[in-house]
Amino acid sequence: MKKLIIGLLMAPLMAFAAGEALHLDKAPDRSRDFAALQNGAKVFVNYCLNCHGASFFRYNKLKDIGLTEQQIKDNLMFTAEKIGEPMTIAMRAQEAKQWFGAAPPDLTVIARARASEFGSGADWLYTYLRGFYRDDSRPTGWNNTVFANVGMPHVLWELQGEQIMGPDHKLVLAKPGLLSPADYDALVADLVGFMVYMAEPTATFRKELGVVVLIYLAVLFVFAYALKREYWKDVH
Amino acid sequence: MAAAEKYKSDGTRMGNLLEWLDARFPLMALWNDHLAKYYAPKNFNFWYFFGSLALLVLVIQIVTGVFLVMHYKPDASLNANGVPVAFASVEYIMRDVPWGWLIRYMHSTGASAFFIVVYLHMFRALLYGSYQKPRELIWIVGVLIFLVLMATAFFGYLLPWGQMSYWGAQVIVNLFSAIPFIGPDLAVWIRGDYVVGDATLNRFFSLHYLLPVLILPALVMIHLIALHEVGSNNPDGIEIKKKKDENGKPLDGIPFHPYYTVKDIVGVIAFLFFFAIVVFFMPEGGGYFLEANNFYPADPLKTPPHIAPVWYFTPFYSILRANTINFFWIDAKLWGVIFMGLGVVIFFFLPWLDKSPVKSIRYRGPLYKTALTIFVISFIILGYLGILPPTPGRTLVSQICTILYFAFFLLMPIYTSLDKCKPEPERVTG
Repeated sequence: MKKLIIGLLMAPLMAFAAGEALHLDKAPDRSRDFAALQNGAKVFVNYCLNCHGASFFRYNKLKDIGLTEQQIKDNLMFTAEKIGEPMTIAMRAQEAKQWFGAAPPDLTVIARARASEFGSGADWLYTYLRGFYRDDSRPTGWNNTVFANVGMPHVLWELQGEQIMGPDHKLVLAKPGLLSPADYDALVADLVGFMVYMAEPTATFRKELGVVVLIYLAVLFVFAYALKREYWKDVH
Repeated sequence: MAAAEKYKSDGTRMGNLLEWLDARFPLMALWNDHLAKYYAPKNFNFWYFFGSLALLVLVIQIVTGVFLVMHYKPDASLNANGVPVAFASVEYIMRDVPWGWLIRYMHSTGASAFFIVVYLHMFRALLYGSYQKPRELIWIVGVLIFLVLMATAFFGYLLPWGQMSYWGAQVIVNLFSAIPFIGPDLAVWIRGDYVVGDATLNRFFSLHYLLPVLILPALVMIHLIALHEVGSNNPDGIEIKKKKDENGKPLDGIPFHPYYTVKDIVGVIAFLFFFAIVVFFMPEGGGYFLEANNFYPADPLKTPPHIAPVWYFTPFYSILRANTINFFWIDAKLWGVIFMGLGVVIFFFLPWLDKSPVKSIRYRGPLYKTALTIFVISFIILGYLGILPPTPGRTLVSQICTILYFAFFLLMPIYTSLDKCKPEPERVTG
């Protein structure tokens, strides 16, 4: 029944892009795994936070995923001066646009923006970051299965190695990287997990609080209903 | 309003204060006329919760809105990181303002909740003939509230300054340019610019504050005063004022306070339960309440492949798109705008289109029941199609539904006079 309702609700979204269906791999849930989120933060800061900013996310927010202020300062802050500063980059958007044709977008909420009828934003990112393959017709030498003719080169190529597009439209690992395919998938899962966290740092607390609020309202409902019954006893 | 007795103090300090106040302000008269001695029919059912719930959502929207404004910045210019200031200020509220995320989600969920509640409230009026004599003015004011609500929601949707905000506003404002002669100038006048820009954002912000804070409460007050003047309708659609006891109180009436205040508290808590499910567990509302595309900052140079208005506008948007034929030397786009406008305005005429001798669906004949069912189904299909990109098949369906939508109103004088109604009871049936 629940599936049917969800199916009906999602039907209009499904029909959006009939014909250009996008297959996305399901991103593993890392929302309660602090070690994974911390690893994701490390990957993000090292690989993404050079061209992309995360200008709504402050470094000290990383304390929420179990890091100490000193750990953040020592391991994750390369450009910012103060722990309360947001994750900005030195490259100015105007110049980035001249150099790359389009300014690399701010990534703070990208995990929410990429949600679609095909899957969550996390699914999209998880598939995208594992979907780069060699394409000599592109200026960067790279193309992508979910983002055709993407402007970004494969930043994680050293880790993953080089994939090529096989004859049956399946990606083949032509040259292995530093990580095994399984380790690379786990690393991307951590990175995506961190990006989901960054897109809405309060999400976990929001759901926890929601349970309390619903219990409170349910109890209140019982009393309110009893009060109504009491008052309405004499109405016939 | 009967001249109420002035309050006499019982000697306590509180009593003295009340007496002092009531001598200078019609406090007790207002209290009695609208709550303690306002006699409402005792047989209100489920459908009668949505009036008070609409008022609740209005209060939620105003209170959360006032707090959001304290940190929101209506500024389309880019900040140092290349993000529009307005967009960044919303994320600032979501992250750096204590409890800002909750206030923002309540406001964004409240917008959709408002329309759900108001649509159900209007459907109640169609079920029980609440717009019929002597409640025509209540209905007219209600439709005005609906219009102002739509305008408010439209203005508000631009403020997060995401891609859907921007392009939705662009599409809707462009509709005005279809109006002959003055159209293009009118569109520029509304935008304050040749494209949606900083001027548009600032004026929409201004109007998004003015309409709900000043105009809506005023209209709601008129709505309620008019209601309390003639008295509430009920699921039986009969006038409880016709049968009174020796004291002049309606036999089937009970004082609104405390009976309906305690009952509405139950409705409010039930509503808040569902409201909290969305706010805390699915604030995006499956992509319908907060669209994924709106998490991209507005980019005037990048048109999204598919622009759909938020779900509560889609029935009317479908009517707009259903007009594909140039007719009488008038462009199809203009017909679309005309019919979309008529789709809302036609509600005003409902009290005079309905010729039925009875009010409630309980005593109406099969014709009205069929017509109302077809109307509701067409409205839902139109809303559904409005979310989707058009295809020839969908356009045909939306054209059929548009015809059925208008047929409900235009044929109403005929089918309501032909309908075989059942006799109404003397007293309400519980």
